[in-house]
Amino acid sequence: MLLRLTAIAAALMLAGNALAADKIKVGFVSTLSGPGAGLGVDIRDGYNLAIKQLGGKLGDLPAEVIIADDQQNPDVAKQAADKFLKKDKVDFMTGIVFSNIMLAVGPSVFENKTFYISANAGPSQYAGEQCNPFFFNVAWQNDNLHEAVGKYMQDKGFKNVVIVTPNYPGGKDAVAGFKRFYKGKVAEEIYTKLGQLDYAAELAQVRSHKPDALFFFLPGGMGINFVKQFVAAGLSRDIQLFAPGFSADEDVIKAVGAPMMGMFNSSHWAHDMDNPENKRFVAEFEKEYKRLPSLYASQGYDAAFMMDAAVRDVKGRVDDKVALQKALEAKRFKSVRGDFKFNTNHYPVQNYYLRVIGKDGQGRITNKTMGTIFTNHADAYVASCKMK
Amino acid sequence: MTQLILEQALNGLQFGLMLFLLAAGLTLVFGIMDCINLAHGSLYMVGAYFVAAAAQVADSFWVGLGAGVAGAALLGLLLEVSLFRRLYQRDHLAQVLATFALILIANEAVRAIWGPAAIMFNPPEALAGPVEFPLPHGAFFYPAYRLVIIAVGLAVAALLYLLVARSRVGMWVRAGAANREMTEALGINVRALFTAVFVFGAALCALAGGLLGPLLAVQVGMGESVLILAFVVIIIGGIGSIRGALVGSLIVGTVDTLGRALLPALLRATLPADAAATLGPALASILIYLLMAGILFFRPQGLFPARA
Repeated sequence: MLLRLTAIAAALMLAGNALAADKIKVGFVSTLSGPGAGLGVDIRDGYNLAIKQLGGKLGDLPAEVIIADDQQNPDVAKQAADKFLKKDKVDFMTGIVFSNIMLAVGPSVFENKTFYISANAGPSQYAGEQCNPFFFNVAWQNDNLHEAVGKYMQDKGFKNVVIVTPNYPGGKDAVAGFKRFYKGKVAEEIYTKLGQLDYAAELAQVRSHKPDALFFFLPGGMGINFVKQFVAAGLSRDIQLFAPGFSADEDVIKAVGAPMMGMFNSSHWAHDMDNPENKRFVAEFEKEYKRLPSLYASQGYDAAFMMDAAVRDVKGRVDDKVALQKALEAKRFKSVRGDFKFNTNHYPVQNYYLRVIGKDGQGRITNKTMGTIFTNHADAYVASCKMK
Repeated sequence: MTQLILEQALNGLQFGLMLFLLAAGLTLVFGIMDCINLAHGSLYMVGAYFVAAAAQVADSFWVGLGAGVAGAALLGLLLEVSLFRRLYQRDHLAQVLATFALILIANEAVRAIWGPAAIMFNPPEALAGPVEFPLPHGAFFYPAYRLVIIAVGLAVAALLYLLVARSRVGMWVRAGAANREMTEALGINVRALFTAVFVFGAALCALAGGLLGPLLAVQVGMGESVLILAFVVIIIGGIGSIRGALVGSLIVGTVDTLGRALLPALLRATLPADAAATLGPALASILIYLLMAGILFFRPQGLFPARA
């Protein structure tokens, strides 16, 4: 009798559509080599720090993080992602930096019904018509930080601006976002090749327009070289530089140094934000890696805590996709940027802040938060998203 | 407007002269030894890493540049003696395969030694700013470091001209490019000549890599894209001709710079803004190849063929 009952119980358990997993596998594809490597390395280090703080676990289950370098190449990224999905059968994916790579990898991830938690790339496509239940962005929609700079420059009364951005989906989102709030004259929009390192020709064009400000979005090594060459060309005397936080964070500051002083930029997070989660994050990041975290690192860190909370919510039954999606949408973790919530398109509704680069109490050149540009700001594409 | 044209012309000159440093070695090796060296770009990359590493150790850019160039010349010597000497007599396919293998080895070796992230380093402090020239319509600014690059490029071009056109060694080199068998028959030690030319080419690669290091980034794979341009240059200029390499480099440098600067603006005048923004940069980057196709069609031997 006992035996029969046990057998029935076992059969019922097997028949149940979702069992608790014995561990959580995460596929982490990111740009870890070349001029864009600084971004990927920061996301990875932030993510790994969170996993370490969680005792190597996600939602109380042992976590296994598999890391691959996409070399900033969509084909390489797609191969790595396909291996993670088909061979390693990962439960989550994250890590991608660049939107063109995200758009190349997205379809196979969604087809496989694997949740992608973006710790950076937030293309407009996935926020609007192509929004997908399996895509979450824990950082921002691409346009958002540029919208904040545009708003600030509009309010400050700049009249003649040149825009420099790479010619890829993230760059187009940047221009769209900036121009949504900046209504003055745009003397020229200069599109460069993604990964370009020599800006001599573009800087000569900038000079010829005699703008009163320049807005540029060049993440990673591109921005480092651009600012250095901008200063070397003597343009910093007459033209004020503005950028989203991507081009004015610790990676760029470290490489460029003093010429960054006084540059205004926008971000949804800053290392001097006053909340207990952020204090712990910044202190432990500095202790672990001997440098200040960038916004990329904060995004990687948040992505891990987001997975952790959702896995705990579904009690480890990550195969129950409907429940897992609900748990992710509920956002039950505390972000280092303070409170925010997910919109219906799985992108954040949150505040955006103005930062300025200067010397801190210890004499380090770094960002300081100046004020709030947007409060509870949503992206512009959510209306065209019909989430299934 | 004067400022814009002057600045873009200098940019084109600077880019062209750096291409020339690469193309000069490539065209000699290809023209004289009839050897296709795909690993020429790898010498540029390794040279740049040598310079960056030496500059960090010595804490001086110029010492690093000297040491890096010397190191790359030594590497060139080792490669020539151990590998390339055996390749001269083989057909082009064997040369392409062997030197392609060298690219892969060099990339992985650099990744293993210096790591996958790019090395960004700065030009000497004194050259980090602009130089101001007084002009009738107001001051003209140009980055000091780029002016130094132009000066070095011009000096090397002049030196090469003297060496190739005025010296005895240069006469042998020209003779070797025009007719190898005849040169050997005249009793020239062609083996030693080949080694010297190869080592010189490697040193020029490192010079270009080291000078461009602070301007661009020292990273794995930086040699491949520039190698393609160097091949375009020697095809335009004529294989084996130093004069051709110089003219070809300046043409490619100017066309690339002006294309990037002017084409998007021209297109915007005729097309809607978003189409121009997409088409402009794409057209600008294929302009060089269109130019090469045109040269190949009208002058298949290049502008200054060495084997007349």
